[in-house]
Amino acid sequence: MARIIVVTSGKGGVGKTTTSAAIAMGLAKKGHKTAVIDFDVGLRNLDLIMGCERRVVYDFVNVINGEATLNQALIRDKNCNLLYILPASQTRDKDALSQEGVGKILEDLSKDFKYIVCDSPAGIEKGAHLAMYFADDAFVVTNPEVSSVRDSDRMLGILASKSRRAEQNQEPIREYLLLSRYSPDRVKLGEMLSVDDVQEILSLHLLGVIPESKSVLNASNSGTPVILDEKSDAGQAYSDIVARYLGEDKPHRFIDGKKGLFGKFFGSK
Amino acid sequence: MSPDSQKTPYNPPALEFKSSTFSVPVLVLSSNDLAIIEQQLQAKIRLAPEFFRNSPLVLDVQELNKKDLDIDIAELMEILRKPGLLPIGIRGGSLNQNKKALALQIPVYSINSGNTVAEAQKQKTITPPAPEPKTSTATTTLITHPIRSGQRLYASGDLVILAQVSAGAEILAEGNIHIYGTLRGRALAGVQGNTEARIFCSDLQAELISIAGNYKISEDLQAIARNKPVQMYLQDHTIIIKDI
Ligand SMILES: Nc1ncnc2c1ncn2[C@@H]1O[C@H](COP(=O)(O)OP(=O)(O)OP(=O)(O)O)[C@@H](O)[C@H]1O
Ligand SMILES: [Mg+2]
Repeated sequence: MARIIVVTSGKGGVGKTTTSAAIAMGLAKKGHKTAVIDFDVGLRNLDLIMGCERRVVYDFVNVINGEATLNQALIRDKNCNLLYILPASQTRDKDALSQEGVGKILEDLSKDFKYIVCDSPAGIEKGAHLAMYFADDAFVVTNPEVSSVRDSDRMLGILASKSRRAEQNQEPIREYLLLSRYSPDRVKLGEMLSVDDVQEILSLHLLGVIPESKSVLNASNSGTPVILDEKSDAGQAYSDIVARYLGEDKPHRFIDGKKGLFGKFFGSK
Repeated sequence: MSPDSQKTPYNPPALEFKSSTFSVPVLVLSSNDLAIIEQQLQAKIRLAPEFFRNSPLVLDVQELNKKDLDIDIAELMEILRKPGLLPIGIRGGSLNQNKKALALQIPVYSINSGNTVAEAQKQKTITPPAPEPKTSTATTTLITHPIRSGQRLYASGDLVILAQVSAGAEILAEGNIHIYGTLRGRALAGVQGNTEARIFCSDLQAELISIAGNYKISEDLQAIARNKPVQMYLQDHTIIIKDI
C-alpha cells in the first residue's frame, strides 16, 4: 500500500509545485518508488519543473476517461528511475476530474508505488478538494505572511472535516507545516512573520523551513527539481524535509540568518 | 480565491446554499400510548426545562413500526409542541406516517442518515418508557483538535476545547465555553439566552465574544492583556472580562 501525500496550501503561488517536485524526487532518491501527480488541470506546471514537458503523450484526464492506461500516461523521470510523473491536461478544465476516477487511479497506483505525491492546485474548489480527499499525509505549504497563514488554516479545517479519512471516521490525516520562501532578514525587519509566529497561529508540526532562494528559479528554468542542486540552501532544506518525514532526526536550519564563518567571509547565498 | 476578493461591490449575491451538520436530539418511541408518552415526556422535561425549551427534535418511530404499532402523527406533534419542543423531522416512519408528517410540513429523514452521529446522539436520546433516575441538564461536548478558519461548531450544552480556535472559526454553545488554547475566532456562549453562561480561555485574541446575545468585538478587546487566562461573564447586560 502506498502512502498518499497531498501538497496543499489554499493560497496560490506559495511553492506547492516546487515542493511536490522536490519531495517526490527526494523520496525516490532514497529508494522509494514514487509517483507525483499534477492535479492542476488546465494549468500544467509540474511537467515543466520536472523537465518532462516534451515527453507528455497522455495525461491524468485521459486515464480517468479510459483513453489511455496508467502505464501509457506515466512518464519515468530522466534523473531517477524510481520516480514517475502523471501530468495534468492543459486542454481540459478542472471538471474533467471526478472523485471516482481519481480514487480508481490512486488505488491502482497504490499497488505498485510506495509514495504518491499529489500536487494540489490553489484554492479550495474541486481540484484542491480531489487532491486532498484521499490523502494520508498533508504537507501544508505556507509563506510567512498573514494571508497565506490564514488560507493554510482554512485548508487544515477542510482536511480535518472533508477528507475520506474524516468522512469514514478513520485516523485523521497527518498534517505537516512547510514554511517556504522564508527570509530571516525580512523577518528581522518585521516584513514577514517569524517561524514562531506561524507555528503559534497554526499550531502544527513543523517539517521544515525552505529559505527564499534564487536556486529555485534556476532549477525550474533547467527543469530539474531543486533538491538535486545539493549545494543550494533550498535543495538542502528539501533534503532535510524528506529525511525528517522518513523519521530521521535533523536539526532545523535556515531559520536565523546567521551565517557560519565561511559564509561571512565568502558571502555565500 | 481568497475570501477578501469577494468584497467586490457590484452584484453581491444575496444568498448562498451551504451544507452543515447539526446535532439534534432524537426522540425514540417504544410505546404508541399517547397518554403515557405525554406523561413521561412532561416528567423528563421537568428535570431540565431549560434544555428542552425551543429545542429542535427529530422523532424516531422505527421501533414502533417494527412492532407494528401505529401512532397518530398529528396528535403526537401536538403533544411535543405543548412543552415547547420543536419537531423538525421524522424517521423510521411508515409510508402513511411519512405522508402525514409531510402534510404537517415535517421533513422525512431516512433511517440511515445520521448513523455516523448515532454515538453522539445516544446521550441525548429521550426514551420515555425507561425512566432514568437522573438526567444531566445538557451534555458537554469535548473537542481535542483545533477549530480552524471556516469551521463552525455548535454545542447544545457546554463546550470544552483542548486546543486553539483559529481566526475565522466560530464556536457556539448553549452553555459555557472553555478553551484551553488561544481564542482567535468567534465564541458565542449562552446562545439560547442563558445569561449565566461564561466563556473561559487561556489567551484572548478573539474576533468576537458573545454571551446570551451581548457581545464585544475585537476592537473592544484591544486593551486586554494577551497570554493570560481570562473569564467572561455577564453583569447588567455587559460582558465583564476578568483574569482567572
Ligand atoms: N523557496 C523559494 N525561493 C524563491 N522562489 C520560490 C521558492 N519557492 C517557490 N518559488 C517561486 O514561486 C513561484 C511559485 O511557485 P510554485 O509554482 O511552486 O507555487 P504553487 O504553489 O505551485 O503555485 P500555484 O498555486 O500557482 O500552483 C515560482 O516562480 C517559484 O519559482
Ligand atoms: Mg502549482
